[in-house]
Formats: sequence, C-alpha cells, structure tokens
Amino acid sequence: MTQAQYKGTGSATGRTGSRYWRSKTAYLGVIPFLLVSGLFLLYPTWNVASGAFQNNNGKFSTSVLKEVFNSPVARHAFANSLEISAKTALAGAILGALFAWALVNGKQGGYFYRISVALSSVLAQFGGVMLTFAFLATFGFNGLIANIAVKYAPNTFLADASWLYGKFGISVLYTFFQIPLMVLVFLPTLENLKPQWREASDALGGKAYEYWLRIGIPILTPSFAGAALLLFVNSFSAYATAATLINLSDFLTPLQIATALTSETGGANPAEAKALSFYMVVVVVIAMTFYAMLRRRVSKWEQRR
Amino acid sequence: MKQSWGVRLWRWTIISIVGAYLLVPLYAMFDFSTKPFGFADKGRTFRAWSIIPSQPDLIAAVTRSLITAAIVMALILFLIVPTAIWVHLKLPALRRPFELLCLLPLAIPAIVIVVGIAPLYRWISIHLTESPISLAGVYSMLILPYTYRSLSAALDAVDIHTLAEAARTLGANTSRVIFGIIMPTIKTGIVNGSFIAIALVLGEYTISNILNYKTFQVVIAQIGRTNGNVAVAVSLASILFVLFLLLLIPTKKRRSEVLDVDLV
Repeated sequence: MTQAQYKGTGSATGRTGSRYWRSKTAYLGVIPFLLVSGLFLLYPTWNVASGAFQNNNGKFSTSVLKEVFNSPVARHAFANSLEISAKTALAGAILGALFAWALVNGKQGGYFYRISVALSSVLAQFGGVMLTFAFLATFGFNGLIANIAVKYAPNTFLADASWLYGKFGISVLYTFFQIPLMVLVFLPTLENLKPQWREASDALGGKAYEYWLRIGIPILTPSFAGAALLLFVNSFSAYATAATLINLSDFLTPLQIATALTSETGGANPAEAKALSFYMVVVVVIAMTFYAMLRRRVSKWEQRR
Repeated sequence: MKQSWGVRLWRWTIISIVGAYLLVPLYAMFDFSTKPFGFADKGRTFRAWSIIPSQPDLIAAVTRSLITAAIVMALILFLIVPTAIWVHLKLPALRRPFELLCLLPLAIPAIVIVVGIAPLYRWISIHLTESPISLAGVYSMLILPYTYRSLSAALDAVDIHTLAEAARTLGANTSRVIFGIIMPTIKTGIVNGSFIAIALVLGEYTISNILNYKTFQVVIAQIGRTNGNVAVAVSLASILFVLFLLLLIPTKKRRSEVLDVDLV
C-alpha cells in the first residue's frame, strides 16, 4: 500500500509542491474512525433529527413537534430551563471572571495559583450526584450550614432546607460548577491582556477605574460574552444534578426528556423525547453560533504568547 | 510588582467570597461523612470511610469504570489521534469536515445523545454484552471536542509535515511515522486528552443512569439512598483523587517541551 502511495506523488500527477505522499487511497485511512463515529455519534444525531419529524408509528409528520410546542407542561419546563441557565451563566460568569482576575493579580505559577487552577478543573466537571451530596451536606436537613442556621438564625430561609429543592436552590447548585468553568475559560484571556495598555493608560494620567471603564471592560466584553454563552449551554444541557436533587419531570426540559424516554408506567413516548431534544438542540446551536462569532472577533488580539 | 491597597483589598474580598462558596460544601461533605452513627451524638468517627473497601458493589463499579476509561484512552490513542494526524498530513480537504464532526458533540447535550442512542444500546445489550464497559463507545464521542482541541493545538505548534517527510526519507514506514515520530512530539496534548477521559468516565451519570448501566456514579447514587455517610465519603475521596492526579502533571515543563519542538 505504501508503494502505491509513493507512486501517486510522482510529478506525472501534476501535483507539484504537494508536501508529501497524497493519493486517493489515503481516504481509506479515515474509514475506521468514520465507522465508530458513524455508529456512536452520527447515528444518534440522525435518529433525533429525523425522529423529531415523525410520529410514534414512524410516519412523517410535524404533529408531535407542534403538540410539544403548544403543551403548557413543556413550555413551563423549557422556560424554567432557559431562566435558570441564563441566571446561573451570568452569576457564574461574573464571579468566575472576578476570581480569575484575583488569580492573575497574584503570583502566577505559585502554589495558590496552581491549586486554584487544578481545583477549578475538577470542580467544573463536578456535577450530578456528588454535587447534590455536597449541597445536601451543607444546606440540606441536618447539614452543616442548616444546623448553624437553626441554632442562631431560625427565622431565615437557611434554617428550612426546602429552598434547595426549588428554582433558587438549583441555581445555587449550578452556579457552583459554573464559577470554576468560567475561571478556566477566562484565565487565558486575562493573562493575554497586554500590560502595555495599562502602562499607556497610567502614563497618560488615567486612573485605575478609567482604565477598566475605557479600556479593560470594552476589550474584554466579547470574550466575556462568549464565555457566558458557553456557561449557558453548560447548564442548559445539565441533567444529572437536577435528576438527583429533584426528580420532577415538569421542572426542567432534560428531566422531561428522561421521563418521556424511560417511563415504565406505560407513558414512554420516544417521539415526544425526540421533539423535546430537537428544541434543545436548536437553542444550543443558536448559542454556539453566537459563541463562534464572538470568538472570531476576540481572536484578533487574543493570541497565544 | 507592588500592589496598591485597593487592589489587594479587592483581591482578598473576591478570593474569600468565591473561595467560601466553593470550599464550604467540600468541607461540609467531610463533616457529614464523619458524623457519628447511631446513639452517639458526640465526637467524630471515620467509620463511613473505613467501610468503603467493604462495599462490593462499589469496588466492582470502580473497576468497571476504570476499565471503561482505559478503553476510551485506547480509542483516543489508536483511533482518534492517528486519524487526526492522518487528516492533517494527507487529507487537507477533509480538515474542515473532520473538525466539524469532532465539535458536533458540543451542540448535542448528553441527554439528547441518550435519546438517539437508546435503540443502539438496546441492541448491544441483547445481542452482544450487557456490561457497562460497552459505554466506552459513546464516551469516546462525548470527549471528542476536548481531545480535538488539545490535539489540534499541539499539531499546529509542530511542523508535522517536515517531521513526517524527514522520517520518510530516513526510511520509516507510515505507522512508524505516526506512532513513533509524530505522536511522541505531541504527547502533552495526548496526556491532557487522556486525563479528561478518566474524569469524564468517572463522573458520567446521565447516559448510564437512563440506559440502566451500573457505573460508578449510578452506584454512588444508589448507596446514597441507604447509607448517606458512605456515599458522601466516597464522593469526597474521588474528588481528592482526581485533584491529586491533576496536581501531579507539571504545567511549566509541558509548555517548554512544545516550544522546543517548535524551534526544530
């Protein structure tokens, strides 16, 4: 096979200047990867995309999509999902960006910096069961903070653990993994801010707040917005945390999808699951498109050192 | 560099607020896992920690999840990385489609992938195997965006065309070029990708729970229903384990290695 590849590069093919052996047989090299990705990635994608436009009998129709669109339950869950994702993305982005700023202003490569970065990459992945446990141990019945609150501040909401199981509670949990993700995403951006800009501003008599107001914030806004979009997608897609904390199917869209898919009481409705999934993908694709557009603007100045 | 009072004050305010948010729940896990059992209402006990090794379900689940992680890493090493190099070297026309394919999982939440892949795993569990290890297939796709990013950064930093040409001139065959020449030069990218594989497989819950596979997280959730202290102890232990692994990888060295190759 390699012999054939060598022949293909001869000048007779007219492809002078091609760097190295190229031939039609090279396409064979991607077949194993195509098989695996076709099976585990393209097939499920196609299955959802085409299934959203079919009813449960496999016939083409948009009836399920319309039905789901007009269903008050689905709308309520979708609105909850959007609201929680937007709020936690914003809260996580602001707190994470501030923390990243605090890290950049410290000694880079020091122990505090290294441990913070390592901890961030662990906690950013820290969703689901373990996160739920952590917050139940903190704010749940008989949890650390809850016990303190019962003793010293029995009239605050902290003393009654039921707040954890609502929109506010789940937002607090989601923000916990949003902050570290923001730190990871935003740290390189802050590290690549040119110190010369600050120096120029100082040399021209600018105050610290003027630097941030006129230079820092305007130049960071696109990457901040892009990172916030990433966080939005992150919590919009999250399932495990909500599923282990509150398993109410009409609370968030991912929970509703899981119920439609697995319900063992005869209510399983794969077509509904696919239609809901389709709407989720639409939202994610829109967010990711904006993200890609913002990244393109950013990449003009933010380059690897 | 001297910092002004304002900056220092701001810095420590932010660090203590955000730090408390992130660390108090972790400490609460420790506190909860060492709470006394039964009638004793004082003091600390490490009973929950000491009975971790005697949970057969848990040990089996950890073993399975680690095997799954190993298979995912093998898929990265022998399938995804060689394909990425192959496309870079020989099929420039496919670079864009390959990139799009690799980034596709970013646009599809795990919960949506489950919906699409449920029939496939139903088939696999009937005809091939019921073992959760078969989840390695879908896991290797879930981490594709992360693998691709660390790989493409590494591949862009090194002039692999020249390397490959030089190796060919000196008589190396194709597999030697890919596995013996190019892969060692981008090994940091590969190590990073493999590390994410462990973290992902140990932390994955959505797919395995809905498809009814008993992976690490699913078993922890089950234990949590009957024995909260033990489940919390296991969770904290696994977080510390992953953190420890991460701190082992030196960050400074890696950067200079890539640069060295770049200068060649």
